[in-house]
Amino acid sequence: MLELEPRAQPSRALSLASPLFALALTVVCGAVLFALLGKDPLRGLAVFFVEPVKNLYALSELSVKATPLALIALGLAVSFRANVWNIGAEGQFVLGALGGGWVAMQAGPATGAWLVAPILVAGALGGMLWAGIVALLRDRFNANEILTSLMLVYVAVLLLGWLVHGPWKDPHGYNFPQTITFLPATRVPRLAEGLRANAGVLIALVAVAAFWVFLFRSWRGFQLQVGGLAPRAARYAGFSSRGALWTALLASGGMAGLAGALEAAGPLGQLTPHVPVGYGFAAIIVAFVGRLHPLGVVFAALLMSMFYIGGELAQSRLGLPKSLTGVFQGLLLFALLACDALVRFRVRWRSRPEPSRA
Amino acid sequence: MIPRLELDGISKRYPGVLANDGVHLRVAPGEIHAVLGENGAGKSTLVKIVYGALRADAGTLRWNGAPVRIASPAAARALGIGMVYQHFALFDTLSVAENVWLGLDKRFGLRDAQTRIAQVASAYGLEVDPARPVHTLSVGERQRVEVVRALLGNPKLLILDEPTSVLTPQAKERLFATLRRLAADGCSILYISHKLDEIRELCDRCTVLRAGRVSGEVEPARETNASLSRLMIGAEPPPLRHTTRRPGDVVLDVRGLSLATRSPFGTELVDIALDVRAGEVVGVAGVSGNGQQELLAALSGEDARAPRGSIRLFGNDVARAGVAQRRRLGLRFVPEERLGRGAAPTLSLAANALLTRSDAVSRGWIRFGAVERLAGRLIARFDVKAPGARTAAQSLSGGNLQKFILGREVDAAPKLLIVAQPTAGVDVGAAARIRGELLELRDQGCALLVVSEELDELFEISDRLVVMAKGRLSPSIATSDATVELVGEWMSGLWQQATVQRQHA
Repeated sequence: MLELEPRAQPSRALSLASPLFALALTVVCGAVLFALLGKDPLRGLAVFFVEPVKNLYALSELSVKATPLALIALGLAVSFRANVWNIGAEGQFVLGALGGGWVAMQAGPATGAWLVAPILVAGALGGMLWAGIVALLRDRFNANEILTSLMLVYVAVLLLGWLVHGPWKDPHGYNFPQTITFLPATRVPRLAEGLRANAGVLIALVAVAAFWVFLFRSWRGFQLQVGGLAPRAARYAGFSSRGALWTALLASGGMAGLAGALEAAGPLGQLTPHVPVGYGFAAIIVAFVGRLHPLGVVFAALLMSMFYIGGELAQSRLGLPKSLTGVFQGLLLFALLACDALVRFRVRWRSRPEPSRA
Repeated sequence: MIPRLELDGISKRYPGVLANDGVHLRVAPGEIHAVLGENGAGKSTLVKIVYGALRADAGTLRWNGAPVRIASPAAARALGIGMVYQHFALFDTLSVAENVWLGLDKRFGLRDAQTRIAQVASAYGLEVDPARPVHTLSVGERQRVEVVRALLGNPKLLILDEPTSVLTPQAKERLFATLRRLAADGCSILYISHKLDEIRELCDRCTVLRAGRVSGEVEPARETNASLSRLMIGAEPPPLRHTTRRPGDVVLDVRGLSLATRSPFGTELVDIALDVRAGEVVGVAGVSGNGQQELLAALSGEDARAPRGSIRLFGNDVARAGVAQRRRLGLRFVPEERLGRGAAPTLSLAANALLTRSDAVSRGWIRFGAVERLAGRLIARFDVKAPGARTAAQSLSGGNLQKFILGREVDAAPKLLIVAQPTAGVDVGAAARIRGELLELRDQGCALLVVSEELDELFEISDRLVVMAKGRLSPSIATSDATVELVGEWMSGLWQQATVQRQHA
C-alpha cells in the first residue's frame, strides 16, 4: 500500500516553488480538459492565460477583479496565520457594500469627491461589524468561527436582498430590485479615461505593504502569528489569545468590507442582489495559493482574476460553460495541496502495513 | 547455554538519524538484563524492534537459538515476549479484569480471566482487585495491572521500558521484588532505564548504548555509577558545588490556593501553602499527574483563576494577574514541554527569544538586529549547539533547546525562577550544566522553585523539599533532614498522619 512518510528536512526552495508546480499542473489538466471537450487545447489555454494580459484594456479588466481578491485575501492571510478560520469574507464584503452604498446614497448634487473617503471607511466598518459578530460569538460563547462566519454570509445576502427589494429600492427603477445609481462624484476615481481600473488598485498596493510590515515587523503581528503556530507557547509567553482573535477578525472583516465598498462605489455604481459574486470565497484560495504572504497574495489574485476572465471568454469564444472558472480554481487549489503534501512527505510503497504499536 | 534472545547487527535508520547501528545483545534465560543509555541513545527503538512494533533495516534476531522475524506485537506475544510500556494503555472506565481480558485470547471468559489474574497476582506479589475500575487505581497499581496482563501470556521474556519513572520509592521496591521472583522462575527480563542506581541494584548484565551503538556490556554490580556513566556518555558529570546559604526575604507566598480543574482529567488543587525565599531552592517532589501542572499554571499566570490573595509575589497579590504582569515583577518560568510551550517549534531561535524577552521591541516595532544579537548571545553564553539564531527551534535536540529556553529566562535576571522538569530528556552533560546554572542563580539571590520527578535531582539541588500528592502540598522539610523513604511515603499522600502524630507527641 502507499504511505506518506515525512521528509526530515522539507526543501525551502521547493516549498516556495510549489505554487508554480501547481500552476503547471493546472495548465496540463486544463489542456487535457479542453481536448476532452473537443476544443483546441492551445486556443483554450490562450483564452485563460494570454487574452487576459494581452493589452492595456485586458490588464485593466484584470485589475478590476484582482483588486477585491487581493484586498480580501490580505485580511484572510492575517486571520489564517492566527489560526482564526474566517471563511465568511463574502458576507463581510456584502456588508461593506451596504455600508459604502448607504453613505453614497446620502450624496446630494453639491457633494464633492471627498465623499469617497467616508464611503470606503463605512465599507470597512460594515465588514468589521459583521466579522465582529463572529468574534463576539467565539469570545463569549466559544462558538466555532467557521460555522458562524459562513452562516452570516447567508444572513448578509438576505439583508442585501431585503434592502434592495424594500427600503432602499430606487423609486424610479421600474420596480427592479436595485438602488439608485450613485452620483458620479461618489464613484471611486478611475486611473485613466476609458479604462475601468480605478484607485482601488493603488489602495490594494498600499495595503500589501502595510500588511507586510504588520506581519513581519510589528510586535502585535508577531504575537498573532505565534498564537496561530503554537497556541500554548503564546499562552506561556502571555500573548492575549482574545486580542489575536479580535485583531484577526476585525482585520479580515475590515478588508473584505473595504473591498465591498470599492466594488459598490466602483464598477457596480449601485446595489443589486448581484453584489456578491464569490470574491469572498475565491479569496480563500488566493490566500493559500499566495502562501499567506502579502506578496504571494498579489500574484495569486492576478492568477485567480485570469481564471474569472478566462471563464467568461471561454463562454463567449468557445461556447463552453462559465463554470469552467470554478473548475480551474478548484484544479489550482487541489494541485497546490498535492504539491505541498509532496514537498513535506515522500511517497513510499510498502508490501504490507507495519503495525506501529500494540 | 543457548541465549533466550540474541540480537546480531541490528540497525535502524530514521530520516536524518541512525537510531541503532549494528547493535548486539544477548539475554540468557532467567537473566535480568539492562539496556542503559541516555535519552536518544536508541533504547526505545531497539525495544520496539524486539517487540515487533518496528522492523530493523538490517541484522538478525534469534529466539532460543533460531532466527526469527517478528512482524508484529501479536507475533512477539505468540513467541513468548511480553511488554510493559512506560505509558500505560488501560481503559479508565473498565475494571481491572475487563482491561486484562481485552488483551486475552477470546476463548477465555471474563470469569477465567479473574481467576487467572488472582493466580498470577498471588504468585508474584502483585495484589490488585480484579473488580476495581482502573480510574480508582494509583499509578503503581496500574503498572501492576500492566505487568499482570503481560504475565498472563506466560512470557519467556518480559520487557519493561523505564518502569520506575512513575513510581514512588516504595512501589519501586515492590516491583523489583516481583521481577526477581519472575527471573528465579526462568523468565528473562529486559530492563530499559537510564537510572544507574537501579540497574546496579537489580540487573545481572547490562548493555550500554551510546548514540545508537553498543558502548559496552558489563556486570553492573561490579561497576560504579561513575564507570557506568562513562560508558553511557563518555565522560563523568562534574560534581555539583552546593553550599548552604542563609535564605533572604520571602519572594513567593502562596496561601489557601484551591483551584477547581479546568479539564476533566486534571487534578484539583486543595489549600496549597508554600513560600519560597530569595537565595534558596525549593524542590517539589511527587509522581506527575498529582497537580503539578495545575499548580505551575496557577503560579505562572497561564491560569489566572486563583482566589484573590492566594498568590503573593513580593507582597503583591498576583493571583489574578496575567503572565506579562508577573514577568514584570521578576517571575520567570521554564515549562516542562519545550516544543510547543517553551518554544514555538517552527520559529527561529531569534523569534523564540522574543516570546518572553521584549527588550528588542520598541513602541510596538520589533528590532530584528537586536533580536538576533540577543539570541546569538544566549547561544554563546549557554553553550547551545545550534548553527545560529535563525535555526528553527524544532531542529535542536532536547538538551540544547532546554539550555536555550532556560538561558533565555536566566539571562533576564529573574527574581523568582520556576522550573518544571529541568533535565527530563536531557543528556547527562547538559543536565549537569543546567543544575549548575540553577545553583549559580540561587547564589546570586534568586528564589527558585523546581518541580521534578527525579528525586536524586531534587536532593542534589534543593535547600527545602515539599511533596505534591493528590492536589495537596506537604509541609516543607529541609533537604538535610529528609530521606528518600520519608519523601517516598509523602509521595503517596501520607504526610497528614505524620504531622498529626507529631502534633500529638
